[in-house]
Amino acid sequence: MKQALSQSRYGIASVLAVAVLFAIGSQTAPNLTFRVYYAVSFVVLAAIGLAIIFGIMGVINLAHGEFILVGAYATTLSATQLGLPLPVAMGVGVLVTALFGLVVERVIISGFVPNWIGQRTVGRDLIKPFYDRLADSMVATFGLSLVMVQGSRIVFGNSIDQIGVPFGSTAGYPDYRIALVAITAGVLLAVYLLFTQTTFGTRVRATMQDEETAKALGIDTERTYMVTFAIGSGLAGFTGALFAPLLSMQPSLGDQFLVEAFVAVVVGGASVVVGTSLSGLLLGPIDALFSDEFGEFAGRIALLVTAMLALRFLPGGITGVVDDLRDRMEGGS
Amino acid sequence: MAAESAGSASAPSSSPSALTRLRNRLEGPNTIGNSRSFWIGFALVLAGLVAFPLVGGSTGNQFSLFLVLGLLGLSLSLVWGYSGILSFGQTVFFGVGAYTFGVVSINFPTPGGITGAVIAGTLAGAVLAALLGYFMFYGGVRDVYVTIITLVSTLVMLTFMAQTAGSEWTIGEAPLGGFNGMPGMPLLNLGVEGLFTFQFVFNDLELFVPFVGTTEVDPFYYLSLALLLVAYLALRVLVNMDFGRVLVAVREDEDRTMMFGYDVERAKLVAFTLGGGLAGLSGVLYASRNVYIDPSVFELYFATLPVVWVSVGGRKSLLGAVVATIGVEYLRLNIGGEMALVAVGALLLLSILVLPGGIVPWIDEKLSRGAPDVPDVDSPETTAEVSES
Repeated sequence: MKQALSQSRYGIASVLAVAVLFAIGSQTAPNLTFRVYYAVSFVVLAAIGLAIIFGIMGVINLAHGEFILVGAYATTLSATQLGLPLPVAMGVGVLVTALFGLVVERVIISGFVPNWIGQRTVGRDLIKPFYDRLADSMVATFGLSLVMVQGSRIVFGNSIDQIGVPFGSTAGYPDYRIALVAITAGVLLAVYLLFTQTTFGTRVRATMQDEETAKALGIDTERTYMVTFAIGSGLAGFTGALFAPLLSMQPSLGDQFLVEAFVAVVVGGASVVVGTSLSGLLLGPIDALFSDEFGEFAGRIALLVTAMLALRFLPGGITGVVDDLRDRMEGGS
Repeated sequence: MAAESAGSASAPSSSPSALTRLRNRLEGPNTIGNSRSFWIGFALVLAGLVAFPLVGGSTGNQFSLFLVLGLLGLSLSLVWGYSGILSFGQTVFFGVGAYTFGVVSINFPTPGGITGAVIAGTLAGAVLAALLGYFMFYGGVRDVYVTIITLVSTLVMLTFMAQTAGSEWTIGEAPLGGFNGMPGMPLLNLGVEGLFTFQFVFNDLELFVPFVGTTEVDPFYYLSLALLLVAYLALRVLVNMDFGRVLVAVREDEDRTMMFGYDVERAKLVAFTLGGGLAGLSGVLYASRNVYIDPSVFELYFATLPVVWVSVGGRKSLLGAVVATIGVEYLRLNIGGEMALVAVGALLLLSILVLPGGIVPWIDEKLSRGAPDVPDVDSPETTAEVSES
């Protein structure tokens, strides 16, 4: 698994191109542009938390939709019940989901808590950590997802009150959705900076590339995994918080993100920022186009076909292509 | 203990009796229960299942559903447990089989037509699995990506069936009906007109049983019991054949099996297709038992159930799949209401955490402790790579 987070002028150029396209589009064909960019943001936001946990820990979190649910519910409830202003409520949503993720990581994924209890009661480990056990982690988190969906249905009922959509609208398109596009860019930038510019990011990438060596160099990989999972969960919670005003608050709301999130991760490959943003740019327009023209079903079929084509022709996902390209350019210059 | 009986299968020197030859085909290192005591127990349980509706009264009726779903559990055990393909899509083939049965039987509501509908439904499951499997396995989709694709297929089917409410979604005389489902299927009446026909559902037979008295017997229960038995024994033969060994080799190490010159893609495709057909048959029986089918069979929740059964029972054991299907479904229906889902999820989580091998292999290991053990090979998940690059 190679890292494709390195800075390059091509990266900056493509970011600029996307921004310029948005600027031009919003003047000439505002509605279409907003719709497509919103679809891109939706894919990116749906996938980013999953991509971090999958790319770095090798854990497929099938409860990803339910982490989004936690974020959305925490935001909505703290806004409606506690009367917090929306940005603060969103912060609460992120925090609650990150903490929840931390608990899940300690209890299920790493098995730290059960094994701690096991060591003290029967004198042996009870479970094996789920790191890099893809199929098992899928099954386990699927069980978790069932418990969470039904649990929240029992506790909160079939739906809870929704918060209103903030801001007005531009050219018949809600401003809040346009704001989401900007926020998505901000999230991507923040994740990029976190993984490339901080010591923590270096540790994470070292752990991801070669756990044994990283451990030998004194990196607490256990702790790195723990924090990574919490960050991934927190981002899923942020997605839930952002979409809380737009979705009807019911226990199954996480399902709406699943198709986009998984397809984006499959298409994107191992790299979190490059893979997720590029697959968002690819899948968003496809989804928007087919859904608008032929209905939601066609949009999903199109995503499924894209995923299968991508797996066929780009085994390493978009990340692999970008890596290849970069190697070739560096080799040539 | 397993290895000897498998070895004697290929030694026809002393022209063994028919029973021994049959046993040799059924036994091998890939299945649990290769001893005389197992088969005695098996016969006892089978006798119990045959006698159950006679004494169990109306529970027998509910029990036929578990037997039908047992086929679905078996299909996933073959696909996941033996071939290493974790599929969340068995319910897709199940549902497509059920809908195909509905469409064909509504259009041809004669016994011959309904018999054809059963076959068509089973084939539909197999053909769809073959198509999806062909594109996945020959398209280089592997490991978890197969799982993700099958999961997405389930969601796609749900989206598709949910929007078929309009009258343009009518095939012949059969409306697909969107969320309202497809009522109005004819009752399961199998056979050929003029020769022999028999109605299997809603046709309780009066039967006099000694010591119990007159009791009503549901022929559908016996139909599903017989099909489940045949499927179980046939799969035992299959996984203990050379082909079954190839499947297990693929599960344990795909690359190495390929290096040995086996056609890994074809093996996976055949297993996946068989699994799809079995799931389709299960769907046909499900639809004909309820005389109704709706898109809820494509819901994520329903797609989980086979995975729950098979992981709880032990995915590398056909017996485990059947036992756990019946056990978990019984539990689920008896807990009922809101807590059922929570219980199912918790059961899945606990079983994968504490007993990743499943309950039935664990019991088997406890029972046969002391006998020389077949060395345990690491499951492929532990060595699976995140990405192929």
